[in-house]
Amino acid sequence: MSEPAFEAVGLTRSYLLESVSVDALRGVDLRIDQGEFVAILGPSGSGKSTLMHLLGCLDRPTSGILRVGGVDVSTLDDTKLAELRNQMIGFVFQSFHLLARTSAIDNVALPLVYRGVSGTERRVRAREALEAVGLGHRLGHRPSQMSGGEQQRVAIARALVGDPKVVLADEPTGNLDTRNGDEVMNLLERLNADSGVAVVLVTHEPEVAARARRQVHVRDGLIERDTRIEGDTR
Amino acid sequence: MRTAEALRMALEALRVNRLRSTLTMLGVIIGVLAVVILVAIGTGAKNAVEKEIAGLGSNIILVVPGQVGLGAAPTQSRLDLSDVAYVRRVVGDPSKVTVAVNSGESVRVGRTEVFATLTGTDENLPNIFDRPLRRGRYLSATDVDTRRRVAILGAEVAGKLFGDVDPIGRQVTIAGVRFRVIGVYETVGSTFGVARDQEVHIPVTTAQRLIGLPRINGIAVGASGPDEIEPLQRRVVAALDARYPDEKFSAVTQTQLLGTIGTVLSMLTGVLAAIAGISLLVGGVGVSNIMLVSVRERTKEIGLRKALGARQRDILGQFLIEAVLLTTIGGLIGILLGVGGALLIQAVSPVPAAITWWSIALAFGVSVAVGVFFGVAPARRAGRLDPVVALRTE
Ligand SMILES: Nc1ncnc2c1ncn2[C@@H]1O[C@H](COP(=O)(O)OP(=O)(O)OP(=O)(O)O)[C@@H](O)[C@H]1O
Ligand SMILES: [Mg+2]
Repeated sequence: MSEPAFEAVGLTRSYLLESVSVDALRGVDLRIDQGEFVAILGPSGSGKSTLMHLLGCLDRPTSGILRVGGVDVSTLDDTKLAELRNQMIGFVFQSFHLLARTSAIDNVALPLVYRGVSGTERRVRAREALEAVGLGHRLGHRPSQMSGGEQQRVAIARALVGDPKVVLADEPTGNLDTRNGDEVMNLLERLNADSGVAVVLVTHEPEVAARARRQVHVRDGLIERDTRIEGDTR
Repeated sequence: MRTAEALRMALEALRVNRLRSTLTMLGVIIGVLAVVILVAIGTGAKNAVEKEIAGLGSNIILVVPGQVGLGAAPTQSRLDLSDVAYVRRVVGDPSKVTVAVNSGESVRVGRTEVFATLTGTDENLPNIFDRPLRRGRYLSATDVDTRRRVAILGAEVAGKLFGDVDPIGRQVTIAGVRFRVIGVYETVGSTFGVARDQEVHIPVTTAQRLIGLPRINGIAVGASGPDEIEPLQRRVVAALDARYPDEKFSAVTQTQLLGTIGTVLSMLTGVLAAIAGISLLVGGVGVSNIMLVSVRERTKEIGLRKALGARQRDILGQFLIEAVLLTTIGGLIGILLGVGGALLIQAVSPVPAAITWWSIALAFGVSVAVGVFFGVAPARRAGRLDPVVALRTE
């Protein structure tokens, strides 16, 4: 088997708030293999987003070791970290985070801009990604001209346009109704099944979590429970 | 990320915030416009003065009593015609020395009366000054020796008194005395605010009698070549100083006049440009301010871009290019408006304006530099934003 997508050992993250230390993560050991589909659950404030930010290399741990694709992130400077994000990781956010005055196709192409891909190739690949999420007819639309579900699908297209190893989704269905939420989950499942991209998503909704093959429960900055649905060969 | 890409992105950002971009540019536009116009006017004034001085003639030395210089008090002249004869002997060639007696007088023909500068001079004037005649003749030696009441009119005086009629041979009354017109000068314009077309020339001897004083105001000497000017100037001054040990005499040459006036006008142009430059700087502060606001406003965008793989230098570059683009476009607009304004001023007012390439190049260079200088701080702030904090900002 190849390198795990993520490997965390004794991961902690503390914030200093007016000289009081807030421990958002208090020693997390976690291994996520390539091609896994993992749901992270837990009460509000338990440290789920903090963990996602660390996995996504947007933030650095206070202590502990984190390897992403076998690389210890503490050995990387900010520039290398940015390149790692660009190559390896796709993000999907609860509030979509699309550029407001930019068309769907240009939003999707954005990660490729920072990879130095030429304009024509970017457009081709962005169009393919949008077609893959069923939005081939919305290329020139701006976020304000699309429904929430469509916007989140644009965000998913943006996450997968660069062929990442992992997609990290922090409450991707949190701002959507059940039908649009279902649609987004279908897309993530298909992405996982078809191209073997590992998916890690944070959710509060049991129905959403139930669709993952592994559920990691976080409480007070620690992993409380890690359950796998054995024999699931979806 | 490629530069072309960054440029496209920056243009897009400026386009999206069109009104704000324009207002921000306004400071730079006004600054550059002021630099270009003020330098054009300063340079134009200098050129005009230089042309006037050169238009007098070539290799002229003006000898006057007292000290000549900025702020020197005017001196009562003690020179008379015997001194002119003395200078003629010193110079050697009498035909290259002429004399001036000046007085403001009214000149009348019938009921028409004009105020003119009466200049008493002699037959050598055209040997030293460029003073072409339109009609008639110059003064002759006989006119001077026999104190003839003859006059040569400046173009403007002739026009006002006689209109389209040929004045040659007609009578004019100067300070109550009748004179016969023997010549009319071509239009020559003014020198140092002296309207030379408003002059009336009569024999120096006649002028002295008319005014009632044996004095003269100055002596003009023509050198045979540019190299002769300085030795001749020194010789004449030394001779006069020897003749009148208690007094001071000065001789100024065109080159010296050009030098002094040129320096003053260059300084003036420099001061004007500096004042305009300050407004350019203020424009730069405006750019800095707006860029800081823009960075704050786009915190979420910056966080997102970083999450998608933008490096610190990509974000820094993006905002720096935006700032430089703002000031550069502003600078270009300012240059266009400045050149247009200078041409307009030139066309509709008597103020001369000369557009110089160096002022345009300088204004352009400074606007680019202002963009870099005032863009760096906001751009660095943007580049250093923590992506997590930026993304959590709503
Ligand atoms: N920048 C910060 N400074 C100080 N404390 C922070 C900061 N970010 C997060 N925290 C704290 O860390 C803890 C974990 O926050 P986190 O956002 O990871 O929770 P979460 O599990 O994602 O909660 P939710 O389900 O509400 O999104 C919280 O107590 C939070 O207040
Ligand atoms: Mg959260």
